[in-house]
Amino acid sequence: MGSPRTSMSDQKAGPEPGTARIGVRKTYKLYVGGAFPRSESGRSYPVKAARSGDLLAFAAQASVKDARDAVVAARAAAGKWAGATAYNRGQVLYRVAEMIDGRAGQFADEVIAAEGLSSAVARRTVAAAVDRWVWYAGWPDKVAQVAGGANQVAGPYFNFSVPEPTGVVAVLAPAESSLLGLVSVIAPVIATGNTAVVVASEDRPLPAITLSEVLATSDVPGGVVNVLTGRTAELAPVLAGHFDVNAIDLTGAPADTRTELERLAAGSVKRVFCAQDDWAAAPAPRRMLAFLETKTVWHPVGI
Amino acid sequence: MTDKAARAEGAAAAGQGAGAGAPARVATLTSGLDWQYAPAPQARDIVPIAAEYGLFVAGEFTPATGGRTFATINPATEEPIAQVAQAGAADVDRAVAAARDAYEHVWGPMPGAERAKYLYRIARILQERSREFAVLESIDNGKPIRETRDVDVPLAAAHFFYYAGWADKLDYAGFGPAPRALGVAGQVIPWNFPLLMAAWKLAPALAAGNTCVLKPAETTPLTALLLAQVCQQAGLPPGVVNILTGAGETGAAVVAHPGVNKVAFTGSTEVGIAINRAIAGTGKKLTLELGGKAANVVFDDAPIDQAVEGIVNGIFFNQGHVCCAGSRLLVQESVADHVVDRLRRRLQTLRLGDPLDKNTDIGAINSRPQLEKITRLAAAGEAEGAHRWSPPCELPKRGFWFAPTVFTGVSQSHRIAQEEIFGPVLSVLTFRTPQEAVTKANNTPYGLSAGIWTEKGSRILWMAQRMRAGVVWANTYNLFDPASPFGGYRESGFGREGGRHGLAAYLDV
Repeated sequence: MGSPRTSMSDQKAGPEPGTARIGVRKTYKLYVGGAFPRSESGRSYPVKAARSGDLLAFAAQASVKDARDAVVAARAAAGKWAGATAYNRGQVLYRVAEMIDGRAGQFADEVIAAEGLSSAVARRTVAAAVDRWVWYAGWPDKVAQVAGGANQVAGPYFNFSVPEPTGVVAVLAPAESSLLGLVSVIAPVIATGNTAVVVASEDRPLPAITLSEVLATSDVPGGVVNVLTGRTAELAPVLAGHFDVNAIDLTGAPADTRTELERLAAGSVKRVFCAQDDWAAAPAPRRMLAFLETKTVWHPVGI
Repeated sequence: MTDKAARAEGAAAAGQGAGAGAPARVATLTSGLDWQYAPAPQARDIVPIAAEYGLFVAGEFTPATGGRTFATINPATEEPIAQVAQAGAADVDRAVAAARDAYEHVWGPMPGAERAKYLYRIARILQERSREFAVLESIDNGKPIRETRDVDVPLAAAHFFYYAGWADKLDYAGFGPAPRALGVAGQVIPWNFPLLMAAWKLAPALAAGNTCVLKPAETTPLTALLLAQVCQQAGLPPGVVNILTGAGETGAAVVAHPGVNKVAFTGSTEVGIAINRAIAGTGKKLTLELGGKAANVVFDDAPIDQAVEGIVNGIFFNQGHVCCAGSRLLVQESVADHVVDRLRRRLQTLRLGDPLDKNTDIGAINSRPQLEKITRLAAAGEAEGAHRWSPPCELPKRGFWFAPTVFTGVSQSHRIAQEEIFGPVLSVLTFRTPQEAVTKANNTPYGLSAGIWTEKGSRILWMAQRMRAGVVWANTYNLFDPASPFGGYRESGFGREGGRHGLAAYLDV
């Protein structure tokens, strides 16, 4: 943890000049319940650079069982995270932003490799991802005032509406935008007190893996974000049909699977959200609002 | 069924004797007092009822293509009321085309301030013609005139009035500047609050700038068709509101129609899931208001008299045909016997019978299939070992009736504690600690509503935070208001109706 992942050509130390250093090949793991387990299936798959096709690392290829385990972990974490004060959640999120920023170089390298961006564009993308996370870090203690409020009913009753987290949200992260898109779909889900099971970009999972490491070493409780790498087409249906998943973000679903995933999600009356955003554009609250329930409470007024 | 009877009970409390199952130390209204009510019939000729009704498409009433009709009957007498057109696929095409045309050329481009005035007109006419609607609703639905007159119709008018005011203020509704309408809304509503549900669907849709194709329930089409006449009377441009009567296949055709941009459904979870599956992948915006199995939680420090009224109102309002009905009474063990005794005595004062009698508390069950479902689930309650009780209650010979029924000794696994009965059947469970109450309250796949009865404010808020329900009534129950968002968690659906939140369902936000 902490060492740059694209250091295969780093030759300052090690072998004598003139002899190529043998790189440390990495096989990354899943992030579930605050731990980094291998896939119970034992499978992994190669992750390749967008432009060169060079092998970057191996990622765990999560199974259906891993997805179910991640849901269990997310459910176990849901009560405490939803019950944390909004101020606390905001602080936890802000610290995540700090830590993403601290690893900006590593993230930039990974985004270059994953998306084939130029160095300058990659740096801007990482900066935007940090800023995106900071933007959401400010929301937890404001969203109830924006999305809820007092309702002036025609009678002697105090009536107010508060937004509450939907619960466990499955997130299919965007396939293309491996970091900025990723944080743009995770942060709104957890800012409001949901817990998430995230399926990382299938071909570009390394920024998600590094984000897992950020989350694991920040103050985000284990299980609040669970990150699965593997085949989206294999994992998405089990999450869409899972009865203990309350909502699903289909943003990263392959277009030809969307209808079937929506059909699966219908069986448990899931909240389904899907929007192909311009990740570089300014965010709006709707990704948060999509995973909030409105609770309305009545009480008589009298003496 | 609330105030008058409660006062009567209080006045009789100084009397003597006890009803069946009540402690001897407390006098009851029913002991030795033969309370006779003179009939207080509501005149039914205030509303003319036609022999036949057509579909309301493009501002005109027209027969269904092919001329198919079906009968709507009075559930209190089983007598036919009228023949109603049964819309088929061609009629759905016509209606959606009319709605599309109105959306693109009239209603969509119309300034919000002008749309608002049409909605205000409808609200006003509903108020002026309220008794007609109340009588017609009671005849077609079977619910007591006291409820249609005092709840359904005034709330329907209030809904139009409320959303009328939003039509020219959408910029300030919190969705950013100039939020856009969705287009044509296909709306399918249930039989338990026929007019009110029509208002809940139409008012926000129209205020937001959409046009509508509304499909009322098969057994209760008449007030929606009277509302269509109100639309004509208000001068609403043709095609803005279209009303198609029919059964399930008509509703299925409406929601599946490719010209529909937005689907709103209120009804059973089963049908809601089927609709959701049917429109998967179409990009249609969907809101669902589905079933419920609400817990009404009574703590030992609750104001028991008020709680008993709340329990009665929670489950016997509208014959229990209420998705948010308080069908599970969770009562703290230390006061359970007392509460159940009081409840039983209270139930003996309920009057079941002619929906058009102003003294009637409990009207007819809406249809024979619904009566059969209630009967079946109540039988399952007995078969699974719960104790069944009903007050002495003579049921009319004709029509569909079910006596108010209370099951005690119910466990969480019983079908009557898990399944939505949608009838006047209360399942009583007990708990010891607040945590246990929360756990039991949340132990269904539903999450529409909940009730809390306690004098302790901090406990109310603690419970309200933990109960997974879209509406929580504390020291009250079954209150509705156009300004108050209504809708469920989990399998009770998604989206909200009422308030600013209700606008989001009809805007591209």
